[in-house]
Amino acid sequence: MAEVHERDVVTGTTTTGHEWDGIKELNTPLPKWWINMFYLTILWSIGYWIVYPAWPLVSSYTTGLFGYSSRAELAQEMADLKAKRGAQAAGLEKASLEEIQKSPELSRIALAQGKAAFGDNCVPCHGVGGAGTKGYPTLADDEWLWGGSLADIQQTIQHGIRWTPDDKTRIGDMMAFGKQGLLKKDEVDTVVEYVRSLAKLDVDPKANLAKGKELFETNCASCHGDAGKGNRDMGAPNLTDSVWLYGSDRPAMYNTVYNGRQGAMPAWAGRLDPVTIKSLTLYVHSLGGGK
Amino acid sequence: MSNAPHPVEEETYIEGPLYASAKRIYPQRVQGPFRQIKWAILAVCLIIYYFLPFVRWDRGPNLPNQAVLLDLEKRRFYFFFIEIWPQEVYYFTGLLIIAAIVLFLMNSIGGRIWCGYLCPQTVWTDLFMAVERHIEGDRRDRIKLDAGPWTTNKIAKKTIKHFLWIMIAWWTGGAWVLYFSDAPTLVHDLLLFRAPMTAYLWIGILTFTTYMLAGHMREQVCLYMCPWPRIQAALTDEDALNVTYRYDRGEPRMSVKDARKAEASGQPAGDCVECLQCVHVCPTGVDIREGLQMGCIQCGLCIDACDNVMAKLDRPKGLIGYDTDEAVKLRIKGGTPVYHILRARTYIYLAIIGLVGGAMIYQLATRQMSGVAAIHDRSPLFVTLADGSIRNAYTLRLINKRPEARDFAVTVEGLLDAQVEIVGVPKTADWRPVVEVGPDQTREVRLLVSAPKASLTGKSVPITIRASDLFAGEKVQVQDNFFGP
Repeated sequence: MAEVHERDVVTGTTTTGHEWDGIKELNTPLPKWWINMFYLTILWSIGYWIVYPAWPLVSSYTTGLFGYSSRAELAQEMADLKAKRGAQAAGLEKASLEEIQKSPELSRIALAQGKAAFGDNCVPCHGVGGAGTKGYPTLADDEWLWGGSLADIQQTIQHGIRWTPDDKTRIGDMMAFGKQGLLKKDEVDTVVEYVRSLAKLDVDPKANLAKGKELFETNCASCHGDAGKGNRDMGAPNLTDSVWLYGSDRPAMYNTVYNGRQGAMPAWAGRLDPVTIKSLTLYVHSLGGGK
Repeated sequence: MSNAPHPVEEETYIEGPLYASAKRIYPQRVQGPFRQIKWAILAVCLIIYYFLPFVRWDRGPNLPNQAVLLDLEKRRFYFFFIEIWPQEVYYFTGLLIIAAIVLFLMNSIGGRIWCGYLCPQTVWTDLFMAVERHIEGDRRDRIKLDAGPWTTNKIAKKTIKHFLWIMIAWWTGGAWVLYFSDAPTLVHDLLLFRAPMTAYLWIGILTFTTYMLAGHMREQVCLYMCPWPRIQAALTDEDALNVTYRYDRGEPRMSVKDARKAEASGQPAGDCVECLQCVHVCPTGVDIREGLQMGCIQCGLCIDACDNVMAKLDRPKGLIGYDTDEAVKLRIKGGTPVYHILRARTYIYLAIIGLVGGAMIYQLATRQMSGVAAIHDRSPLFVTLADGSIRNAYTLRLINKRPEARDFAVTVEGLLDAQVEIVGVPKTADWRPVVEVGPDQTREVRLLVSAPKASLTGKSVPITIRASDLFAGEKVQVQDNFFGP
């Protein structure tokens, strides 16, 4: 059969014979370098097979000329990061807490590391940002049971609270006055009403506050003070303010006096390195500004 | 094969190959006003490109003194008296809009001015062609040289040409990296082989691309790689001046001798003598006499070539010139063409350029040299303090764009009896915390705002956090909320 070339009238070019809805494709040849570029990319991909890991084998794979692996690259990056952090940690190790706080550069590093360490270790109890919850103190407010200075916070983190394996741990005991028979149930009620009057909470008008005062001075004042202002050496909270670790409703207060409270915090000295504890101290201090 | 008769359309076959070798183009030397304009633009563009990084601009002790610098590491862009921070990159949007509209404007007035005179591909190709002409001679010599055997002379010429091309390409890549670092220092480091690897890599890449694109690819870039010719084709209209062969004057083509004969016998005679000078000087190898076409970058060199021939023949110049197709058609009909260089389109483009440019200048002139941003703590939203008041905490970022350290006093408005504290910074006599922010830096601090419960009019109170420069008096502010129970 003879070849029949269809020619486009306007351009005089032959068509490829392809037609869509009456529109015919002209055969305008592409330059050869174009198709050669395509062949070049195929050659390039063969180069890839040789240089990089490419083909899966039965129990392994072709590793390529330089043994590249993205996992090794990650490991290298992590090692570099660790080295970099090590250099920064050296700066934090030498400086005192106050010096770190005064230096914008050091405190930036300390706060960033402290925030990360806080998220890993402290958030389960104290909440994100030190929000706290019932029984776990809020770290973003201005009430500090054991003191809110940098040194106090560092001491607390290092040795914990009522953490008996650590002999430097902070010890303070809210006894179970009811359970141990020191106070009768109605006496507990009376003391609770008296404490409520100290904190300017609503008080049962029938309550015998004079009796409550007497009971308070006998049983509670040794730790909480005559005026109920608390004592940080023993972790005895201020009973006249608005911050209530276990709540300020009557059942919670009754429960506290009757059964006592022995909330504990682990010592972190052996578990976290000193630089991390320093960073944590500064971070916790920054949450509420310490005291 | 079936014996059944086929309709003809179904039996079409492709004639010729699907891929063809690119036609080799040997542009001829030409002289004239358009060539002069192109040389001048080439010189100005290349001098700016190669030497701008070395221009110094004093910005004070804490900032680089390079007039144009893209500091990627510190994320600052310096352009003479302007310093751009990353959050101000939207200025580039304005520049891009202006650039696009300027291209449209050029197109609506004089066709592909960009392609013919300003495009880097055109400028560098022109430079490479000039080198080539200098070493290998003009069009005829080059055709002969390429067709001839590989003699010592040919090898020497080719070697010198490619060496010079690579040198220019290398300098082009070298100049590029100077925009990203202090130029004199980098040049010194590059020479001593202690510059960062990235610098050598980019010089290598740009040396390769310049050498390939300007030396070997040339018009192939315009014909196959660049989208702009297609876009330009869509942008042109019947009123835009384009490089045009005035076929009303040129046709029918004939030699000078034939023209005399034709005139004597009263036959029509065109001015085009078919000397092909317009085709020979064309850097993309098109024939302008075929009319406006994609391959024509409208550099005007054919105008120079044709004018030179017309001058020799004592015929008026301008057989090829900037004109419109409409005008040519009108002259054939015996009319006098009217040109609309300034028309609604050009006015609209000018208005947009003015508007965007004005807005940018206004923004730049009135922009704050400091800034403040606040993020409210997500947890806890608020805390109750021992005295029963409520406290909210914010992460505050203060921005100082000036080259000297500044003190900012932070205040909060919209909350009665609010107390403001920033951890670790001193306070003024009137109890405003003062944050020092270093030169050309930002500083993040923790802002604690507390207020008596009675000050809270709702669960959330809108507040304004304001930072005031203690000495210059500049004030910046940000809106946020104060939450309570």
